[in-house]
Amino acid sequence: MTVPLWMYLLVSAAVFCIGVYGVLSRRNAVAILMSLELMLSAVNINLIAFWRYGAPSDITGQVFASFVFVIAAAEAAVGLAIIIAVYRSRGSVVVEDVNLLRG
Amino acid sequence: MEFNFLQSLPAIAPEIGLTVMAVVVLLLDVYLPESKRRNVGFVAGFGMLATAAAYFLLWAPTPETQGLYWGGNIRHDTLAEIFKIMVLIAGAITCFIGVDAKSLARRGEFFLIIIVSSLGATLMAGATDLIMVILALETTTIPLYVLAAFRRDDKRSAESGMKYFLFGSFASAILLYGISLLYGFTGHTNLYDIAAFLSTAAFSSNAAPVMISIALIITGFGFKISAVPFHFWTPDVYEGAPTPVTAFLSVASKAASFSLLVRFFLAVFPLGLVIDGLTISSFWMQTVAVLAIVSMTFGNLIALWQKNIKRMLAYSSIAQAGYILMGVAALSTESGTSVAAIGFYLFMYTFTNLLAFGVIVYFSEATGSENIRDLAGLSRRNPMLALAFTIALLSLAGIPPAAGFFGKFFLFQAAVEANLTWLAIIGVLNAIVALYYYLVVIKVMYVDHGDYEEMEIPVSRAGGAVLAVASLAVVLLGTILTTPFFEWAARGAEALFRIVQG
Repeated sequence: MTVPLWMYLLVSAAVFCIGVYGVLSRRNAVAILMSLELMLSAVNINLIAFWRYGAPSDITGQVFASFVFVIAAAEAAVGLAIIIAVYRSRGSVVVEDVNLLRG
Repeated sequence: MEFNFLQSLPAIAPEIGLTVMAVVVLLLDVYLPESKRRNVGFVAGFGMLATAAAYFLLWAPTPETQGLYWGGNIRHDTLAEIFKIMVLIAGAITCFIGVDAKSLARRGEFFLIIIVSSLGATLMAGATDLIMVILALETTTIPLYVLAAFRRDDKRSAESGMKYFLFGSFASAILLYGISLLYGFTGHTNLYDIAAFLSTAAFSSNAAPVMISIALIITGFGFKISAVPFHFWTPDVYEGAPTPVTAFLSVASKAASFSLLVRFFLAVFPLGLVIDGLTISSFWMQTVAVLAIVSMTFGNLIALWQKNIKRMLAYSSIAQAGYILMGVAALSTESGTSVAAIGFYLFMYTFTNLLAFGVIVYFSEATGSENIRDLAGLSRRNPMLALAFTIALLSLAGIPPAAGFFGKFFLFQAAVEANLTWLAIIGVLNAIVALYYYLVVIKVMYVDHGDYEEMEIPVSRAGGAVLAVASLAVVLLGTILTTPFFEWAARGAEALFRIVQG
């Protein structure tokens, strides 16, 4: 029995929704970053599933997914650096405590 | 399609120039002694101007050389040329005003990151492949996160960087998900191949997935161009980031995002594309029209209450994004007037906003304040600075002889031509509301008396020259240069509508 494409897409959509929920509901910046990574993983599941079931001889989907890896890594590196900078100046990474700018 | 290396090079000439400069600036930063490191900024600024000039004079696209290059990843056309030159000028002016910001000037990596971000923005202007689109977008934005948090010692800068990062990468992830769906349903990554596939019979009964991916992609772009309701990061980031960074991200990333938005939607969902009985182009144009109205109205109304000048300009830039979206909503006519209007508006907006933020850099370096109230008496403390700021504000408000008047005029004209007269009327009403808060600042500068009347506001010679050139550009674009620039933008629009294969 082979797994049909729609199952992969369903998993991907679920992972994406969990990620969105995490970004919107979490208060710790590191947890938000983890949720963002979930969203990007959902994108990769999509890309690879579409590639495998669509046109496996065409390498585009794989290339696309590897670029998404690179982007996720770059975002995580910069994001963690910024979160550390905030932690050093505030002693907290809870988003609600970081609130000098408002109006 | 055969690949000719030498013929493909002009399509990425600005990118090559910027890459070389990034290496040069990095080495200079390492080897120059601290006392001379201020010069790195001038090297970066003049290098970017030289790149723009060389590209414009030597490698500009002609009707013969326009087309797709690098395996269909890059489109070399006049529209890309306009936006690339716009980004390079914005980067150069940012470097020049960054030299005078004490917290940034002696750190060469600031200019390095500006160059890398500009590299991404120039790629965005020509990208015609989904992979290239996301790569260019991230190359522009990730350095901007770093720049917003650049002053690590400053709590507000770090906070601004964190907010920008969280909202920005959230938007990128949504955009990426939309793009992955688009790739999946069509099996192509080239924008023109996708459009060709969407119009085939295989796709004629499947409107829902296309609608979902359009909605996700518009959400992603909405964040980048700070359109309401995806705007909430804008005021905080603009206020907290170092002022030269605010200047850069308010023009370069916005201009590049708009060029990508126009190219992307016109290429993938062209006019007249009908899927399952639904005209796709009118679906996204109506969505954009709604975003335009909400952005204009919300941005202008909230700007009325602002006391911090950078925050006020942030809400003003949300409103300006609304005006430009009005041009995007008017794309339905094939005459290209609205693309030309968008190009002209963004070109003059680049100079105007850089001028406004440049003045704020010198003002807050001298006084340490960013409150509108503290601008009182600026006309007596430094008349030239007050004059430059007045020109910028008049241009933002759309009053002749500043360039903003024609910018808005062309956009409203495009809206009327596309049978969106009601949208143009809302735009005009908004421009009247906006007039109030821009003029209040001018009144504070010229009429009011403040506590620090005697305090001098020094401007370095280089800074003065840059502000003078930018002011001159704003006035000239509003008077004698209007026609040549609009015609240039119209050629870009024409190139965009001509579908080129190969």
